Amino acid sequence: MGELHWASATELARSLETNEVSSVEITQSLIDRAAAIEGELQAYLLPTADRALTDAAAADERRAAGKSLSPYDGIPLAYKDLFVTKGITSTSGSKILAGYVPPYDATVVARCSEAGLPLLGKLNMDEFAMGSSGENSGYQITKNPWDFERVPGGSSAGSAALVAAGGAPWSWGTDTGGSIRQPAALCGVVGVKPTYGLVSRYGMIAFASSLDQAGPLTRSVRDAAALLQIAAGHDPMDSTSIDQGAPDLLTGIDGGIAGMRIGLVKEFSTEGTDPGVRTRIEEAYTRLEKLGASLEEVSLPSFEYGISAYYLIAPAECSANLARYDGVRYGLRSDGEDIIKMTSRTRAEGFGTEVKRRIMLGTYALSAGYYDAYYGKAQKVRTLMIRDLANAYSKVDLIACPTSPTTAFKFGEKTADPLSMYLSDIFTVPVNLAGNAGISVPCGLSPDDGLPVGLQLIAKALDERTMFRAAYAFEQDLGFASSDEGRPKL
Amino acid sequence: MTVTQDIYETTVGLEMHVELSTASKMFCGCEVVFGGEPNTRTCPVCLGLPGSLPVANERAVEYTIKIGMALNCQIAEHSLFHRKNYFYPDMPKNYQISQYDLPLCYGGYVDIEGDFGRTRVGITRVHLEEDTGKSIHIGGSGRIADSDYSLEDFNRAGTPLVEIVSEPDIHSAEEARAFVTELRAILEGLGVSDVRMEEGSLRVDANISVRRKGETEHGAKVEVKNMNSVRSVARALEYEERRQRKALESGETLIQETRHFDEKTGATSSMRTKEYAFDYRYFPEPDLVPFEPSAEWVTSIRDSLPESPAQRRARFVDEYSLGESDVGILTASVRTADWFEAAAKAYEGDPKKVVNWIIADLFGLVNEAGIQLHESKIAPEQIAALVRLVDSGAISGKQAKLVLADMFETGDDPAEITKRRGLEQVTDTAAIESVVDEVISENPDAADKVRAGNTGTIGFLVGQVMKKSRGQANPQLVNEVLRTKLTS
Repeated sequence: MGELHWASATELARSLETNEVSSVEITQSLIDRAAAIEGELQAYLLPTADRALTDAAAADERRAAGKSLSPYDGIPLAYKDLFVTKGITSTSGSKILAGYVPPYDATVVARCSEAGLPLLGKLNMDEFAMGSSGENSGYQITKNPWDFERVPGGSSAGSAALVAAGGAPWSWGTDTGGSIRQPAALCGVVGVKPTYGLVSRYGMIAFASSLDQAGPLTRSVRDAAALLQIAAGHDPMDSTSIDQGAPDLLTGIDGGIAGMRIGLVKEFSTEGTDPGVRTRIEEAYTRLEKLGASLEEVSLPSFEYGISAYYLIAPAECSANLARYDGVRYGLRSDGEDIIKMTSRTRAEGFGTEVKRRIMLGTYALSAGYYDAYYGKAQKVRTLMIRDLANAYSKVDLIACPTSPTTAFKFGEKTADPLSMYLSDIFTVPVNLAGNAGISVPCGLSPDDGLPVGLQLIAKALDERTMFRAAYAFEQDLGFASSDEGRPKL
Repeated sequence: MTVTQDIYETTVGLEMHVELSTASKMFCGCEVVFGGEPNTRTCPVCLGLPGSLPVANERAVEYTIKIGMALNCQIAEHSLFHRKNYFYPDMPKNYQISQYDLPLCYGGYVDIEGDFGRTRVGITRVHLEEDTGKSIHIGGSGRIADSDYSLEDFNRAGTPLVEIVSEPDIHSAEEARAFVTELRAILEGLGVSDVRMEEGSLRVDANISVRRKGETEHGAKVEVKNMNSVRSVARALEYEERRQRKALESGETLIQETRHFDEKTGATSSMRTKEYAFDYRYFPEPDLVPFEPSAEWVTSIRDSLPESPAQRRARFVDEYSLGESDVGILTASVRTADWFEAAAKAYEGDPKKVVNWIIADLFGLVNEAGIQLHESKIAPEQIAALVRLVDSGAISGKQAKLVLADMFETGDDPAEITKRRGLEQVTDTAAIESVVDEVISENPDAADKVRAGNTGTIGFLVGQVMKKSRGQANPQLVNEVLRTKLTS
């Protein structure tokens, strides 16, 4: 194989099996890669190189003894800092959790450890996963590896940037309104938002509980299916996790899409979508058709209210979820002569502007006299969206649309106008509200600015297999991801 | 109070919190035990650590449904948890997982016997939530506002807590006392809680207002807190009723407020006025799924319900021919009632005999010691054995009282005590005959009187024999022997 750090997890697994390479060698190559790119990229909040090498050595020993934990035993990964890691600082990108060391592992982390995946470190993100550019991190600004003047997208900024830059074959992110798919699109990698409840939320620092879902970011569709499969499946610690065994996502992934019915959403106007994005997306539709799928128009009239409903529900839930950061038990504690002043100052100093904005929005939306008009209405919209989608899926197997209306934008371009930032998620938010699965798969570079464009494929709840099959067929036929064109020039 | 009884009326509604005695906490696997080294019974879930999630304890739901059924409530077909948002340092998440518009149980009642006779008190709702931790405020008055610092113990945090809200159907301190007593007996009978007010496993808050009779609007509602025993509930409400009546008499306007009851002074003092209502911003708990108790499950819970205190009282009156006041005492606590029933059953004969011993004699000892019947050293089987000893003539009734006092002291078996104290009655006819002969020869005049038909004098001779035998002779036998010797 070529440079080790550009290899996919699937390729690395094969090389490990044939003893062409050791886990320690792979891990060291990724540590070296990070050393080379991190000065500019700033993807890591906390690299854990020592831990990774220790994990890798253990994996090599297991392999030598014929006791490998999984086919991927020894292939390292990194986590968005929103996953709690036992004994390793976990901040969710917030100053209010500076130095907070959790006493337990998130279920996703535990399951990946059980599969033998060495831990490379914790990745930067928008504070508490609130943001679409990474600029809301309480710590640092992660760059887009395609253009350091541009945002990597968010909130899983570090997770997308690191994988895109060859710093890791795969990483975990979380997606509440597009936080995996949008940065994946902007960085030219694969990002999956699984069905709500497929992956346990236990140990994910909550933003909006009814929308949060963990998912993989990778450079290939097959890797995404493989990483998701490692962590998916029922967890008794999460009451909202779906009570069924882990799905088989890899078998039949190369089955092709002949005869598949793919829906194009009538209401998703191209207005506000970059012409370059439009070009690549329309080519993608044509390619899907060429591969044997039939395209049909579907109507999702309630989707125009997606952003509005999202910005009531997510802030409402976050206003409660973030109430625990009060300076009493852990994290930041500011001085104050009494409990009210101490807590107020801790929150004033510990939270960033966007987080405060959403806590206030949510508190307002839940207030007596406003609940029905805001939170109650938003929940009704959500019900309508689920109904509209059910109607659509009576006609089609998948829905296709852009992941993001634009390619990566410049730092500071949208920070002054939260609404324009919120609209970055116009195509992704409905999937979270409905609880369905979605994937962003690279569909080439925009002819306008040479930046990556992502195609989103949206599946029925728990129909990840169909979604991966289509994404895989598209990816293989396009050949972008495996080509030199698909890698940023760093 | 009696003076103004005809002008004013009192309205009381109670809000009770019951800690369930499940093995584990409401949303995690931590053990539920009172006290313990602070912060030892905690985990990421009950500490509300980032990333932790609740998983509902099914047994706690079952217990709540049991309580609802025992209080004659409807059981919800569809129920869910809500988040109740407010900041307090002993609440780890700064929201409490509670229930809001869809409680598990609603619309029940409890019948009580108070100073206005038999009354039905409505139960508005019974819902399930989690308890908070405990704060200890150091310095100042002991309240959070002026303390130097506070210590937090989260051992209690996440304990399953059932909230029971009554309708404002209570009209006196005595009725409130009767209601809490009855509720406590019901809960104890269900075996779902320790119901110890002094340990906080049963907590009672009261809303009380007084108005002139005939007025349609209720008076200003005063919430009274910190009542740590049934007696305190009655005392606090008596005080509050008096205070409010006096205020109304002197033309003062009462305000809606929360008042704190002081056990030592027996008075209440203002904690905070309700100038504004809290906005708890309830919304459905997204970390938990709504639940629909299946009909089969609800039926199986209903089938497992034990006899209620009311049913038991009726049965006691019937089976043991007890008076209402005795039944009241015997059924105030399930364990007392269980103890009594065990004694009655162990005796096998007419239970009334055991009942008499318990009520006439044992109650006195128990009350003097300030304990409850079941807490004495005497086992139910032992009191039955004592009554059998009396029946068989082995000891006299008078001696049995001594034995009972000894049993209460030592917990020893009555037969053993009788032997140890040399109280066994002499029932050996030969031994009695020789004493009788002695007495006849020492009292010839009296003997002659009996021979002449003056049977009244026989009692004197019996007494002499008893005296000589130091009370150990069986008096009935002595009587028979004397009659045989002197009248035939």
